[in-house]
Amino acid sequence: MASLRDIKNRIDSTTKTKQITSAMELVSASKMSKAEQNARSFVPYSEKIKEVVASIASNNVDASHPMLEHREVKKTGYLVITSDRGLAGAFNSNVLKALLKAVQERHNSTDEYTVIAIGRVGYEFCRKQNMPVAKSIIGLSDQPDFVDIKELASETVQMFSDEEIDELTIFYNHYVSAISQKVTEDKLLPIGEIDSSTSTSQYEYEPNQEQILEVLLPQYAESLIYGALLDSKASEHAARMTAMRSATDNAEELIDDLTLSYNRARQAAITQEITEIIGGVSALE
Amino acid sequence: MKTLTVSVVTPDGPVLEDRFEMVSCRAENGELGILPGHIPLVAPLTISSVRLKRENNTEQLAVNGGFLEVRPDKVTILAQTAEKPSEIDVQRAKEAKERAQRRLQSKQDDIDFKRAELALKRAINRLDVSH
Repeated sequence: MASLRDIKNRIDSTTKTKQITSAMELVSASKMSKAEQNARSFVPYSEKIKEVVASIASNNVDASHPMLEHREVKKTGYLVITSDRGLAGAFNSNVLKALLKAVQERHNSTDEYTVIAIGRVGYEFCRKQNMPVAKSIIGLSDQPDFVDIKELASETVQMFSDEEIDELTIFYNHYVSAISQKVTEDKLLPIGEIDSSTSTSQYEYEPNQEQILEVLLPQYAESLIYGALLDSKASEHAARMTAMRSATDNAEELIDDLTLSYNRARQAAITQEITEIIGGVSALE
Repeated sequence: MKTLTVSVVTPDGPVLEDRFEMVSCRAENGELGILPGHIPLVAPLTISSVRLKRENNTEQLAVNGGFLEVRPDKVTILAQTAEKPSEIDVQRAKEAKERAQRRLQSKQDDIDFKRAELALKRAINRLDVSH
C-alpha cells in the first residue's frame, strides 16, 4: 500500500491538473462560440456565390470551364484540415484515420496522390507515413481570416487548373453540435452538380459567361475551402472542450478515489499505533 | 428619389447593408453606374473603389477580388475584401505600396511580377479611398 505521503502528493498533483483542464475547457468554450459565429458570418457570402454559380451553370448548359469538367484521374489531391495542437480528443486522429483508409484503398503508389495539409498534426502525420505533401500551412490563428488561407487556397485551385492534380478531395471535421463532430469527405474539384433550385433570376453577363466563370469558379472553390476551415475550427474547439470536460471529470473521480484511500491509510496507521501502544502497555503489566 | 438595397459581403462577414440611390463601380471592361430598376446583371469588378450615392453623400469602399450581382431592387457585391475608408490602415497600405514598388523595380527574374503588381494595385486603391 502506498504511503500516506505518496497519496497526498498524487491528490495534490491531480488537483492541479484538474484546475488546468477546467480552465482549458472554459477557454475552448469561448473560442468555440467565436468560431461558430465566424462560420455563421461566412454563410451569406458562400450562399450568394453558390447561387450565382448555380444560375450561370443552369441557365446555360454549354458554358464550359476546365473546373467543371471531369477528366481522367491520374493524380488526386487530398486537402486535410487538422489542428496545430493536440489535447482535442479524437479530433485529429479521426480525420487522419479516414485519410489513411481512403489512400490505402484507392492508391497503389505515392505517385497517384498528393496531400495538402492544413495544421501541424496532419502535416507531421503525413510526413511520418511517407505521404507526398505538396503544400502545407501551419500556425493558423484560432479565428482565421480569409487572407490567411487565401494563398494556399488559390495555389491549390491553381494546381487543379494546371492539371497537376485531376481531382481534389477534402477531409475535415464537420461541426454538428458542441458535442458532436463528424468526419466529412467532400469532393471539391471538379465542381460537380450545384443545386440550382435556389436561383430564380436570369442574368445579363458582362462581358460574357465564360469570363465570369473564369473569375467566379476559382473564387467559389476558394470559398469552399475557407468554409471547411471555419467549420473545422469550430469542431476543433468543441472537441477540445469535450475532451477537457471529460479530463476534468476523470480528475475529480480520481481525487475522490485517492481521498478515500488516503483516509483509509490514515485510519489504518492510527489503528496500528493504538494497537502498538496497547501492546506496549500490556507488556509492562 | 428611388433607392435600391446595396449589400456588401465578404468571407469575413457582411460589411454593409443599406439603401442608396446609385452605385458606381469599375467592372473588368469599364465603368458601371447602377440605378434602381436595372436589369439583372453579373459582372466581375477590378481592384477599385465602389461609390455609393445617397442624396448629397457619397460613400466609398475599397474592394478587391469581387463581383457584382444586380437585381432590379438590389445590388450585392461579393468581394474577398471590402473596406470603408475608416477601416483602412493607411500606414500599412503605404508600406505595402513601397514594398510592391521595390519588388517591381528590382529587376530580378525570380519574383512574381503579377503578384507584386496586384499588391501594388491593392495598396494604391486603399490609399485612394482613404483620402
